[in-house]
Amino acid sequence: MFKLILRRLALGVLTLVMVTIIVFVGVEALPGDACTAYLGRDTALETKLAKCRDDFGLNQPAHERFFVWAGGALQGDLGISTRRNKPISDLVQIRLRNTLLLGAAASAVGIPIAILLGVIAALTRDRAADLWISTSAIFAMTLPEFISATLLILFFSVWLGWLPGIVITRPDAPVFEFLQDIILPIIALAFVMTAHILRMVRTCVIDVMASDYVQMAILKGVPYWQVVFRHVLPNALLPTINLVALTLAWLLGGTVVIEVVFNYPGLGRLMLDSVSDRDLALVQAIALILAVLYVGLNLVADLLSLVANPRLRTMKV
Amino acid sequence: MTDALVEVNNLSVGFTGAGGATLAILRNVDFSFGKGETVGLVGESGCGKSTLALAMMGFLKPGLRVLEGDILFREHNLFAMNNNALEDIRGGDLALIPQNAGQALTPTSRIGRQIEESVRLHTTLAPERRRERVIELLSQVRLPEPEELLERYPHELSGGQQQRVAIAMALAGKPEVLLLDEPTTGLDVTTQAHVLELLRDLAAQTGTAMVYVSHDLGAVARVSDRIAVMYAGELVLQGPARQVLRNPAHPYARGLLLSIPKLKEAVVPSSMPGRPPPPGKAVQGCAFADRCTMAGQLCRDVSPPLVSTATDEVVRCHYHEKVENLPPPEPPRRGDGRSRDLSDTLLRLDDVSISYARPGVIDQILGRQPDVTPTVDDIVLDVARGETLGLVGESGSGKSSILNTIAGLRPPRKGTITFENDVSLNAPVDRRDTDLLRRVQLIFQNPDASLNPRHTVAELLAQPLRLYFGLNAGELRDRSVALLEHVRLGSHYLGRLPGQMSGGEKQRVAIARAFAAEPELVLCDEVTSALDVSVQAVVLDLLMELQARHNAAYVYVSHDLAVVRAIAGRVAVLYQGRLCEIGPSSKVYALPSHPYTEVLLGAVLEPDPDSIPVLMAEDAVELSPPARGCPFQRRCPHRIGTICDTTKPPWQKTGDGHVIRCHIPLMDLERRQRTKESARRL
Repeated sequence: MFKLILRRLALGVLTLVMVTIIVFVGVEALPGDACTAYLGRDTALETKLAKCRDDFGLNQPAHERFFVWAGGALQGDLGISTRRNKPISDLVQIRLRNTLLLGAAASAVGIPIAILLGVIAALTRDRAADLWISTSAIFAMTLPEFISATLLILFFSVWLGWLPGIVITRPDAPVFEFLQDIILPIIALAFVMTAHILRMVRTCVIDVMASDYVQMAILKGVPYWQVVFRHVLPNALLPTINLVALTLAWLLGGTVVIEVVFNYPGLGRLMLDSVSDRDLALVQAIALILAVLYVGLNLVADLLSLVANPRLRTMKV
Repeated sequence: MTDALVEVNNLSVGFTGAGGATLAILRNVDFSFGKGETVGLVGESGCGKSTLALAMMGFLKPGLRVLEGDILFREHNLFAMNNNALEDIRGGDLALIPQNAGQALTPTSRIGRQIEESVRLHTTLAPERRRERVIELLSQVRLPEPEELLERYPHELSGGQQQRVAIAMALAGKPEVLLLDEPTTGLDVTTQAHVLELLRDLAAQTGTAMVYVSHDLGAVARVSDRIAVMYAGELVLQGPARQVLRNPAHPYARGLLLSIPKLKEAVVPSSMPGRPPPPGKAVQGCAFADRCTMAGQLCRDVSPPLVSTATDEVVRCHYHEKVENLPPPEPPRRGDGRSRDLSDTLLRLDDVSISYARPGVIDQILGRQPDVTPTVDDIVLDVARGETLGLVGESGSGKSSILNTIAGLRPPRKGTITFENDVSLNAPVDRRDTDLLRRVQLIFQNPDASLNPRHTVAELLAQPLRLYFGLNAGELRDRSVALLEHVRLGSHYLGRLPGQMSGGEKQRVAIARAFAAEPELVLCDEVTSALDVSVQAVVLDLLMELQARHNAAYVYVSHDLAVVRAIAGRVAVLYQGRLCEIGPSSKVYALPSHPYTEVLLGAVLEPDPDSIPVLMAEDAVELSPPARGCPFQRRCPHRIGTICDTTKPPWQKTGDGHVIRCHIPLMDLERRQRTKESARRL
């Protein structure tokens, strides 16, 4: 198994290196550079441009700049935002915290609900409870986030006035000040996430319920709920670990729409802003952070399923 | 029977089919047994025997329901019980040993925990005593090192060990009735024989009643006092085992017995025409009438009642008195005993070895082979034009690997494969030219996997015809129809999809597809293993007929020694990927034999109440062949010493191309084996 883990880790690192290169090359391939973006279309200022390029070290060949950038990123130094004139690490840090807060809260709510509803749907297959749950899940999956988010704002803040419709808290405010703000974004995010995981859980539980070992457990005289908890769930939830990780990664990278609708100061919105400002160094940095999160979460999921699955755990490689 | 333990009364079970019609898969079954009785329940696939066994635990698969009748356990109706009462009985008084223990054990739960669960649910043992009891149960089913086994997961055990764990689990509740649903079907012959002996001993020790459900009359013969035969959801015959096996009063049971190949006879068994009605089909009159040689108008109109005979049988046949005097349906076809010109070599394997070990990164860079013992090694074989060479051995013996290598699916690690003296078959399949591909065809075990489910029979047959012969549409159809006729299927099958045919019909289409290429060499990989015996007989007969017509050579891989005896003129016995013995089948099946052949033959179960298997070697499963010496060294009952472990055994010739690979001088070997055999007869 250790060989498997090592192999998996090496693969993770390799993916990250490739992502770093792709991100760098992608930004490099755009017309213009950080300085033309910074100085705008003011091409008359040739000398200013040259000086700027000199200052930011843009005259060096691309591969040298890549190693400087990648090496810095490895130590947590993501460079300086030309437009915002601040170290990117400072800019990103607080936004990352906010996004993680939103993601963590949404998954803390969404994952248990998804598993619970998925199991209920599977156990009541084709009966009323299942039909309601499955139909709602399809509805939740197809409804675009900006519509569900807008509807939530309409209900809870415009009509009922219970919760704030948009976030006006400062980005660097302490966590507890956000608690009220994030309730609606959480609901909007949990909606889609729950639907995906729920459907997977339902399918897996149904498959396992039809397996020979569950029939055997029933014929051994194991009471129904013990069959569910001892024989069905440990097997049915194994394949969902990876889906949960994928969903979480999506959650962190894909909250842009939600963050924009609710004006939430997260990483996604910062990326959107930096793209429209042509703040290329910042775009690069955020893309890299999201990639690290993505790869990291999937790595954790793979290792978890390795540990949770006796078949893989006892494999002698 | 007044002291019946389980009583099935006029039970009909069915489901609601398309269009709302009620379709019955068990019809008016009356069946009962008392304490300590062992009953065999036999029939071909789809006859309802498993449904009946599960119903005896008060369990019906989802979608099924009781249409009529009931099942009493100690005079309590199982279908009227609440869940709590059923949970008490299941695994307690009534325990099931499932067909495929590998799939019936929960994969995420340790063996110890799963057996303990049964102990906890069905005994009053204190928690700290349970572990002890589990160990006791594991020892009772003769599993070595039970303490260590507790911590294992199901996938870490071999098939035979998994089956023993399932038996231990069933014994945990000290059951009065054991229901065995094909408990040995997926196991190797020697393992099967060991498990059956264990079950016999357990039944004798504990006085547990057993219902043994199986399609295998040989296995049933070994464990049952009484045999019940099912056909199309009905119980058609029930009687003392000896009577049913020797002289059954129902024509179906008789046909079934005749269609089983025998070890002692090199003949293809006679087959029953037709096939059973699909489960759930409404039947007018006797369900077997369509396939019965003595059926009259009465049989087609009136469903025969159950009647008792003078021989203690209960039978559902209008003409049961006449069954005994029925002539055999047709003279059985001779097996491949014809003398062949063995000098006309078609295929030669010389010193072939096959390895599944993938070279590591460093080995790849250095371009060297990994230093592991190859899975298959040292194979030297000849196949003559038009002959059948049987390859036998248990799972893991490398028989299929050899076929795949001949077919070009996996290149040999070393050695040469030559076809017709000059063409090399070492090249993988994608580097062989079309004509060579045409001349060597492969038929797989499972037609469900080898026939594309979305292609009609016409399309399936057209592919080789177009590829190899470039026929136009009109010729294609004529040729396809002719091919179908050769496998005894009509032209109306052309439009069918594999899903619309029975297992036997699908396999016949697969055979027709192989013969569409007009091959010279046909590689048959367990082609009848997935089929019922009566269907197997048809397919074997067909293969013989096609061989005679095309003068094709067969390499026929099977784990079933009786089937190989029926079809093959020469036989090669493999153990752990190494040849043990090769020669004309009349010599391989007689003494002297290689000790492994002797062990295999001794474990074969025949549908004969007087045949007793001889268990000589341990049924331990070996995962990899030994690096040196004789492949059979670890299990050999005749081991003579360290020479067996260190030195490759010599080829000892007995004449007629019969060779035995063993260190023991042949005279000596024969003497030892004769002593053993006479001891067995006494």
